[in-house]
Amino acid sequence: MQQIWQGILQGLRLLFTGDPALWRIILLSAKVSGAALLISAVMGIPLGAILGLVKFPGKRLIQAAIYTGMGLPPVVVGLAVYLLLSRNGILGPLNLPWVPELFTVPAMVLAQVILATPLVAGYTMTAVAEVDPALRLQMQSLGASHAQSLLAVLREAHLGVIVALVGGLGGIISEVGAVMMVGGNVEGSTRVLTTAIMLETRRGNFDLAIGLGFVLLLLAFLINVGAAHLLGKEH
Amino acid sequence: MAPVFRLESAKKSYAGRTVVDIDRLEIDPGEFLAIVGPSGAGKSTLLRLLNFLEYPDSGKIYYAGQASSPALPLELRRQVTTVFQRPVLLRDNVENNVAYGLRLRGLRDCHAEVRAVLGRLGLGKLHRAQARSLSSGEAQRVALARAIVLQPAVLLLDEPSANLDPYNIGLIEDMLREIHQAGRTTVLLVTHNIFQAKRLAQRTALMLEGRIIEISPTSEFFENPRDRRTRAFVNGEMIY
Ligand SMILES: Nc1ncnc2c1ncn2[C@@H]1O[C@H](COP(=O)(O)OP(=O)(O)OP(=O)(O)O)[C@@H](O)[C@H]1O
Ligand SMILES: [Mg+2]
Repeated sequence: MQQIWQGILQGLRLLFTGDPALWRIILLSAKVSGAALLISAVMGIPLGAILGLVKFPGKRLIQAAIYTGMGLPPVVVGLAVYLLLSRNGILGPLNLPWVPELFTVPAMVLAQVILATPLVAGYTMTAVAEVDPALRLQMQSLGASHAQSLLAVLREAHLGVIVALVGGLGGIISEVGAVMMVGGNVEGSTRVLTTAIMLETRRGNFDLAIGLGFVLLLLAFLINVGAAHLLGKEH
Repeated sequence: MAPVFRLESAKKSYAGRTVVDIDRLEIDPGEFLAIVGPSGAGKSTLLRLLNFLEYPDSGKIYYAGQASSPALPLELRRQVTTVFQRPVLLRDNVENNVAYGLRLRGLRDCHAEVRAVLGRLGLGKLHRAQARSLSSGEAQRVALARAIVLQPAVLLLDEPSANLDPYNIGLIEDMLREIHQAGRTTVLLVTHNIFQAKRLAQRTALMLEGRIIEISPTSEFFENPRDRRTRAFVNGEMIY
């Protein structure tokens, strides 16, 4: 019990004295998951919007794939990306310039993009589909072109899109399976919050592990407070 | 004078059931036409067709001489607007809801126009209110405001006073009369209230199972109907 309290105090001290190792890990986590979320947003928001609005053959299949993707176990994604990028894998041996190497930041971003895109697309799809279908015709009646009426629907769904982004970020900032497998937890280059917590716990460095855990919780909390603030402004 | 709308054998079906089936109908520029008829007669569907939101499955609807189709240019579409039976407002304040159509037309600064219309409809104090917080009667007046602020050539109204109290019904009826007299606006009013049709319209039509049964000058329609079904409807004796 005492050890835990000491750990918490020590963790907080490291955090607030600006311990460089700790802060490097925090910043890398933010960088990897931030970049992954940005890419996922660019792909997932339009995809979700189209699926929420447009009818086309095969839509149900894509929807089912997205729902499956929303629950992908991170380790499985890690394994897939590992097999894709490894030297003996699928893309690895081709030495293509745009294919990232294993145990690098871009490889971790790739894995997290695969995890977050279905989340962003799925939540966006739901939000867009929930907008009253009568809205589009009414906006067209007021003079909106087809594109303008679609835009109105998207704007109407923007709260849901915020939820989609928070959901996507929540899904990747706290996952450990994928970043561990494709990042490798290399000190100073691919060590992020979750992998560091695992390592430090195993080593018995509970103070550092607790400090890191505290930061992760704080981050998740801040993200949700920010989102709640955005959502709250509308009501 | 060339008619604003001309319908020729215009038919619309949903899932194989014909909902609108109008052999011939001409609507004159500047006229005030009321359409009455029982629930499910196809009145709202007819308005969607006239607003180019849907297209006839067969036959033609001409607006200003041009056939309604997805290719109808936006400038022509923008001359016609509808106040819907169940208005859906944007998740925004009242003012922005009313400004929406004007902004689409490139008008950035439209405070004055918006405020004026809101004032006329007794909504002056609500301009900053969130649309979602309005009562249904207020929402209905906002829907009317966002349409008439556009000064459309054709105004289609689907039960615009269904949720209103007598004072507000009087208010919007005065306003519709004014718009009609001042702006050479063609007005089509769908209403369940035959007294409202009597008060406002120059011509009245009875719609039944997708067809126009009778269309005549309002006084004739009510006092001397040609069709026995019109007589039954006007006397409240129609059995659906
Ligand atoms: N999008 C649609 N899909 C299928 N059926 C429809 C659709 N729109 C209307 N209908 C059907 O067409 C018929 C006419 O509907 P419409 O809304 O035009 O009637 P209405 O005269 O406006 O009735 P009310 O007075 O109750 O508003 C109804 O039987 C309705 O169920
Ligand atoms: Mg109707």
